[in-house]
Amino acid sequence: MDFATLIQILDSTVRLATPLLFACLAGLFSERAGIFDIGLEGKMLAAAFLSAAAAAVTGNVWLGVGAGMFASLILAGIHGLASITFRGNQLISGVAINFLASGLTVLLGQNWFGLGGRTPALTTGGRFEPITLPFADAIAPYPIIGPIYAELISGHSALVYLALAMVPASAWLLYRTRFGLRLRAVGENPAAVDTAGVSVIGIRFAAVAICGILCGLAGAYLALGLAAGFGKEMTAGRGFIALAALIFAKWRPWYALGATLLFGFLEAVGNRFPNIDLGLFTVPSQFMQALPYILTVIILAGFVGKAIPPRAGGQPYVKER
Amino acid sequence: MTLMKHLAAATATLALSAGMVAADPALIFDLGGKFDKSFNEAAYEGAQRWATETGGTYKELEMQSEAQREQALRRLAEAGSNPIVMTGFAFGDTLAQVAPDFPDTKFAIIDMVVDQPNVKSVVFTEEQGSYLVGMMAAMASKTGTVGFVGGMDIPLIRKFACGYAQGVKAVNPDATVIANMTGTTPAAWNDPVKGGELAKAQKAQGADVIYAAAGGTGIGVLQAAADEGILSIGVDSNQNYLHPGKVLTSMLKRVDNAVYDAFKAGTALEAGISVMDLAAGGVGYAMDENNAALVSDAMKGQIDKAAKLIGNGTLRVHDYMSDESCPALSF
Repeated sequence: MDFATLIQILDSTVRLATPLLFACLAGLFSERAGIFDIGLEGKMLAAAFLSAAAAAVTGNVWLGVGAGMFASLILAGIHGLASITFRGNQLISGVAINFLASGLTVLLGQNWFGLGGRTPALTTGGRFEPITLPFADAIAPYPIIGPIYAELISGHSALVYLALAMVPASAWLLYRTRFGLRLRAVGENPAAVDTAGVSVIGIRFAAVAICGILCGLAGAYLALGLAAGFGKEMTAGRGFIALAALIFAKWRPWYALGATLLFGFLEAVGNRFPNIDLGLFTVPSQFMQALPYILTVIILAGFVGKAIPPRAGGQPYVKER
Repeated sequence: MTLMKHLAAATATLALSAGMVAADPALIFDLGGKFDKSFNEAAYEGAQRWATETGGTYKELEMQSEAQREQALRRLAEAGSNPIVMTGFAFGDTLAQVAPDFPDTKFAIIDMVVDQPNVKSVVFTEEQGSYLVGMMAAMASKTGTVGFVGGMDIPLIRKFACGYAQGVKAVNPDATVIANMTGTTPAAWNDPVKGGELAKAQKAQGADVIYAAAGGTGIGVLQAAADEGILSIGVDSNQNYLHPGKVLTSMLKRVDNAVYDAFKAGTALEAGISVMDLAAGGVGYAMDENNAALVSDAMKGQIDKAAKLIGNGTLRVHDYMSDESCPALSF
C-alpha cells in the first residue's frame, strides 16, 4: 500500500466516520443521562428524509439541516415523553421510533414527491460542497505534508469539521460544566441529584434534546453531504453501528472519536480491498463488514477492558413519596 | 337425469367462466421497492403498459420484509388473482412451496427458475447485455481501468459482473476491472451512501467508467460518478436521464416486456422456462439523446457487431451461474 492509497483510505474514513460520530455523541449524551436510546437509527433516518425534502424544495442546504434537526427533535421528544414523563420502557420506545421513522419517511415521501419514497435528486445549492481550506493549493505540491493537508484535512463539507469540533465541545460540556456534572449524575444516581434540588426530568429532557440535534446533523450529513437526496432506509444500520461504537468507547467523548474513526477506517479498507490477500489465506469481504460488531462483542466480553454503562441507565426515575 | 347433468355442467361452466372474468392479474414487487428506478420499476412500467392498452386492472403488492413473502403469495392466490407475477430471485423457495397448493392459478417468476406445472420462469441473459456495456466501458475508458458495483452479493449479480468483465477484456485484454459488492444482506440494495463511497474508492484506483448493478444503491454510484467527473453505466431500466451526459449507457433488462407478456397471456400463461436473451430482445443497451454525444458511431458499430455474433450463437458469453466461476474476473 503506497502513501497516496493510504491518504485516500483515510480521506474516505473521515467521510464514513462523520455520521457515526454525530450519532455516537448523540447516544452518549442520552445514555449518560440514563436514557438508553436504540432509536438513533430512526432519528437519523427521519432527519435524512426531512433535510433532503426541505433542501429539495427550498434549494438551501442550511434550511435542510434545520429541517433535519427538527424531524429528529420531534422523535426525540416522543422518546422523552414516553420514557421520562410516562416512565415507559426505553428500549421499546426506541424500537417504536425506528419503526415509525422507517414507515413515515417512505409514506410522506411518496405523498409529497411521488417518487416511491425518494426525494428529488439535489443539485448545487441544496447539497454540501467541499470546503477548501486556506493555502490548500499552495501546500499541495509539498511531499507528505501536501497530500495530508490538501486531500485529507481540506476538502470536506462543513458538517465534517463541525462533527470533529463536537468532540472537544462534548468533553468540555460533560466534564467541565455544572450542567455536565448534573447530566452525568442523573445517569448514575438521580436520587442524589434530586436531593440537591435539581430537576431530574429537566436534565434528562435536555440530554434527549441534545441527542435529537446531533442525530439530526448525522442524518442531514448522510442525505446532503454524502448522498444527494433521500432513499428508502438509506441509513442502512449506521445508527446501530454508532451504538456499538458507543459501547466500544465506554461512553466517553474522545474514545467515541477513536471508535467511530476505527469503524470508519474498517469500512473504508473493506471498500478499497474487498478481499484482503494475506498470502496464506484471503480475508473475505464479509469478515471486514462484520468486524465492527465482532470488535464490540470482544469489548463486551471484557477482553479489552470493561465497558460499564451508566448505573441508572434504562431506569425511569421515580421520586419517593 | 341427463337434463340434470347438462344443467349441472352448464352451471359449472358458467361459474368457472365467471371466475375467469373476475380474475385480475397481480404483480408483487421485491424488497427494492416499486420505484427503485431500476428492476422493479421496469416491472411496474410493463404492468402499466398492459393496463393502458387493455383497460384492465391489476393488483400490486410491495414486499416490506422477507417474512411477508409466503403470506402475500397465498393471499393473492386465495383472492383469485390470476396470473400472479413476482419479481426477484428471492421468491424462488416460497413459490416452490405455494404453487402446488393452487394448481388452478398461474404464476410467473422473474429471475429464478421454479419447476412447477403452473409456473412460468422468466430468466434473462444478463451476461450478454452486460458484455455489451462492458465493451462500451472499455472503449470509453481512457485509463484502462473500469469499475463494477454490485448490490447484494448473490450469484445473479456476479453474473452481471462476469459478463461485464468479459466484455471489457474483449476490447482491451490488459484492462483492469475492479469489482465491489455493497453487502450481503438485502440492505445492500438501498445504501446510496455506501454506493457513492465505493464509486469514489474505485475512482481513486483509476476507474473512469463504473457499472452499477445495485438497485437503489446504484443511484449513489451514478451520483458520485457524476460528481467526480467520470462515467457510469445504469442497469435494468434506462437510467441515462438521471445525469445527462454523464451516464455512458444503461444495460437494459426488459423486465417490463416479461411482465407485459405474462399479463397479456392471462390465465392461458404457459408454464416452463422462458429465456429472454439478446436475440429475443430481453437484454440490450440504452441509447437516447442523453448519451448520444458519449457514444461514437464507431463504438456503436463494434458493439452491434458483437451483439449480432452473440445473437446467432457465434460468440458465447460465459454465464457465471452455470458453473459458479468466471474466467475474466475473480471474486
